[in-house]
Amino acid sequence: MKARHPLTPSQTVGPFFTIGMSNCENEGRLASPVSNEITGEGEPIILIGKVFDGEQNMVPDALIEIFQADVAGSFSNPNFSGFARSHTGINGEGNYLLKTIKPGASDDATAPYISVIVYMRGLLTHVYTRIYFSDETDANGKDGLLEQIDTSRRDTLIAQRDDSDGVIIYEFNIHMQGEKETVFFSV
Amino acid sequence: MSHIDLSQHPPFIYPAYKSSVSRGPTQAPIKLLELSGQREIGECSGNLINRYSVGELDHDLIRNGQQGGMPLGERIVVSGRVLNQWGKPEPGVLVEAWQANASGRYAHRVDQQEAPIDPNFLGVGRCITDRDGHYRFYTIKPGAYPWKNHPNAWRPRHIHFSLIGKTIADRLVTQMYFPGDPLLEYDPIFSAVPSNARERLISTFDLGTTEADFALGYRFDIVLAGVNATPAEEE
Repeated sequence: MKARHPLTPSQTVGPFFTIGMSNCENEGRLASPVSNEITGEGEPIILIGKVFDGEQNMVPDALIEIFQADVAGSFSNPNFSGFARSHTGINGEGNYLLKTIKPGASDDATAPYISVIVYMRGLLTHVYTRIYFSDETDANGKDGLLEQIDTSRRDTLIAQRDDSDGVIIYEFNIHMQGEKETVFFSV
Repeated sequence: MSHIDLSQHPPFIYPAYKSSVSRGPTQAPIKLLELSGQREIGECSGNLINRYSVGELDHDLIRNGQQGGMPLGERIVVSGRVLNQWGKPEPGVLVEAWQANASGRYAHRVDQQEAPIDPNFLGVGRCITDRDGHYRFYTIKPGAYPWKNHPNAWRPRHIHFSLIGKTIADRLVTQMYFPGDPLLEYDPIFSAVPSNARERLISTFDLGTTEADFALGYRFDIVLAGVNATPAEEE
């Protein structure tokens, strides 16, 4: 059946979105209810990374949102929100930073992943990408969706694990353009 | 599930909007639903409806930034319905809004233009749509302001909107404009929208929404994809 109502078109978030969509701007006045943290059972992890434009400059004003399954791979756990956001530039080094738990895989033919939405000044319509995990080599190798992506670009979707400091950190950088352009999705 | 029709949205690179040239992806996005077949995907799963709550004054930008006085400018009501593309209301949607003050300046450290800050106006609001998809904000009509995109560039008056619907496939960030604004035709951000879709971003003046002796009313309905919504009965 054909949709009858045309969609409201997207527009850029612009340079000042943090006043409306951040829980750390405005010195706590009218902070957003959406935080940069997802809590729940599972292995606590930190996601960190930078966004780069086509000239390889760091983008200091991007917004990153994530959505993920719980530790059992379920998207419909009513006690698990699975949604968080962070903007880049939060630690003076241009990084975004999200605290969450490592999601489970939803079935044997699917590797665990976190869905990502990217917004920024200069981006008129948001884009989707995904974070897969560098320590899930076997699961990634069997994933029916990953295997359809050109091998030369597949690595742009893999976050690199570093647990050398006792904290599990996954680094995931996003390249909007260029040789390392991240694989972006539409729904 | 249905695809989101990207042809109704602006392109990733629109050269008249300078910063899109180095920030928009150059390769076409891969359609997730085509790769995933019948498998459940996170982008179309879960339920973010009614996940968040808002404070009592969050929808009232006239009052929620006050520090001992009233904000300057023309008071307005901005109200409308959030629907999906099947025409069904979308309740429980978190609607976030932010804007410049009446002089065209944002309460943001990066906005350093000369127009004055209004100590009684934050320009930030949010609300949750009711069971029929209605939302309502009280605010100040934002001012136009200059920007650096090209010589003598001015942004038309606008209010930024962000909507979190049921799934992240329904996610929308947009801007609402005002009817009759002479700056619209010169604005590359507005003009990047396909021409047959531009008017969907312009609110309409509505006497019925106007509150007597208080604030002029504007209506702005918003249509989300409703990717997981059941299509309404055929009429």
